Amino acid sequence: MKKTLSVILSLVMLFCVTGFSGCRGKNGSDSETEFNASALKEDYSQAGSAMSSKEINVYNWGEYISDGSEGTLDVVEEFEELTGIKVNYTTFDSNEDLYSKMKSGGISYDVIIPSDYMIERMIKEDMLQTIDLDKIPNYKYVSDDYKGLFFDPDNKYSVAYTGGMVGLIYNTTMVDETPTSWSIMWDKKYDGQILNFNNPRDAFGIAQYLLGYSVNSTDKIQWENAAEKLIEQKPLVQSYVMDEVFNKMEMGEAAIAPYYAGDYLAMYANNPDLAFVYPQEGTNIFVDAMCIPKSAKNKEAAELFINFMCDPEIALANANYLGYLCPITEVVNDDRYDYKGNEVLYPSEPVETEFFHNLDQDTLDLLSSLWEKVKLA
Amino acid sequence: MKKTVSNIYIALIMIFLYAPMIVMVVLSFNSSSSTSVMSGFSLKWYGEMLKNSTTLTALRNTLILAVISAAISTVIGTAAAVGIDMMKRKWIKSTVLTVTNIPMMNPEIVTGVSMMLLFVFVGKFVGARDVLGFPTLLIAHITFNLPYVILSVLPKLRQTDPHLAEAAQDLGSTPFQAFFKVVLPNISSGIVTALIMAFTLSLDDFIISYFVSGAKFQTLPIVIFSMTKKRVTPDIYALSTVIFAAVLLLLIIMNVLQARAEKKELKAKKAE
Repeated sequence: MKKTLSVILSLVMLFCVTGFSGCRGKNGSDSETEFNASALKEDYSQAGSAMSSKEINVYNWGEYISDGSEGTLDVVEEFEELTGIKVNYTTFDSNEDLYSKMKSGGISYDVIIPSDYMIERMIKEDMLQTIDLDKIPNYKYVSDDYKGLFFDPDNKYSVAYTGGMVGLIYNTTMVDETPTSWSIMWDKKYDGQILNFNNPRDAFGIAQYLLGYSVNSTDKIQWENAAEKLIEQKPLVQSYVMDEVFNKMEMGEAAIAPYYAGDYLAMYANNPDLAFVYPQEGTNIFVDAMCIPKSAKNKEAAELFINFMCDPEIALANANYLGYLCPITEVVNDDRYDYKGNEVLYPSEPVETEFFHNLDQDTLDLLSSLWEKVKLA
Repeated sequence: MKKTVSNIYIALIMIFLYAPMIVMVVLSFNSSSSTSVMSGFSLKWYGEMLKNSTTLTALRNTLILAVISAAISTVIGTAAAVGIDMMKRKWIKSTVLTVTNIPMMNPEIVTGVSMMLLFVFVGKFVGARDVLGFPTLLIAHITFNLPYVILSVLPKLRQTDPHLAEAAQDLGSTPFQAFFKVVLPNISSGIVTALIMAFTLSLDDFIISYFVSGAKFQTLPIVIFSMTKKRVTPDIYALSTVIFAAVLLLLIIMNVLQARAEKKELKAKKAE
């Protein structure tokens, strides 16, 4: 029996030590996309070898960086090879998740990538430190559209990484007309074929756009009216979804759903019957940006990493992988960019948009109690 | 009649237990990324799986953590079980057993949050800013594994004759020799069960790991959970299929070896 045990244990150990390191090394070298800005390579390795500490902790959304899958560039590995700095790369699934991890106090991150409203909150709570833009020469590539935004008006705390807009996805075989308004989600013709967001902020947003309210309203009556509107819609709604929307729309189980433009492109690849529109009443826009927390141990290396991420070659790999908006102007005009001139991501007609701001506690409480009312109605 | 009913019942249970696995295995061979349309057979996602460094690092972390925590908790848990078994007073024994069982009954989320608080508190005390990481994960996993180890070793100890160890000592062996040469072989099947149980528990724990993991060491369940902003890619199905197959293989090997050992024992007994 003891022998069996030792055999099993040593097998498992062998498996995890040799198996994986072997695979990684092999695939790293023959990846199809090569980082080819050779002049920059030396800058990075020089900067990297000048660092006193050779390790940074990066905390990003899941699947939010080009990671070597399907022939893409493995950005983190590339950075490690060029600079000799080890990246401890971990992932989170929501802004609130990130916030609570940081607040717990037992962890220090060097680079984090929260969304707009969470950056606003973190700045207010003194959780972020200023970024030295002189250390980030590639900041010049960041489009002016992504500078001076409401959460960081003086560009002191954040460097934009990606962005996106919500729009209306519909199945052309099930919807005859070309929708232009959110009101189609209240159309009785599509009873049982409508999906809506399963998160209060986004779901209320749609009702608020339709009613002509601001999504950052502090007026109690406006929020209550929006809740009424959602309750009115509820009998028509097939279900409230988040990432289940992919399956339902690809299978043709539902006709209409609101979701992010970048994700629509992924659905469209699997079901060409789908179409996308930005409703005339306006819609939500978000920007995720790179920040350095107060608790960071290695600010210099963090700035080097942020600079690296803004490098047009790297940003191109990330933009092609993500399919979201790219803030780097060089990338948007690059012929190798898969989404160059894509009407869904970069509409030629201006779209009415509004950011979600950080709501005060009273409004947040009201929102969650109204959301409960909608779900129970 | 009775037989058909029971057969249908068994079939239904099997379907409910294994249908999700089968769907996942089938989808892992899908040539497109859709979870609904089978567009052809391909091994593409298995190739992708080997290229995805984030999930591979996470898998390596998970395995290292599971092996080490299972080994340590088995050693500590077995020692604890032997100690509990030797307790003379009944009320002390039952009290100690209840105390060791509490972490098992406790909701995982409570264990997770309280452990995180403890680690952060101690970390502040000793002035470490980056306290959460591999050591805290290891401590947490050993902690929640312990009760299961004790529970699977204790019955084996009860089955063995308590006088065996005494007899060995009468015949001149030291207490240590008596334990390793007489008691341990008798409870080895319980220890192996405990080890495997601890390994699998550690392998799939999400809630506690979520709270006590740090910036340098993330396990596979946490990485998969964080994919929900976009969506879980099919290379995760491939990876899960491989893990499922490995666990299945492990269990089959275990069973075969155990059956062989039993046969040997039977033969030896007959020979006497």
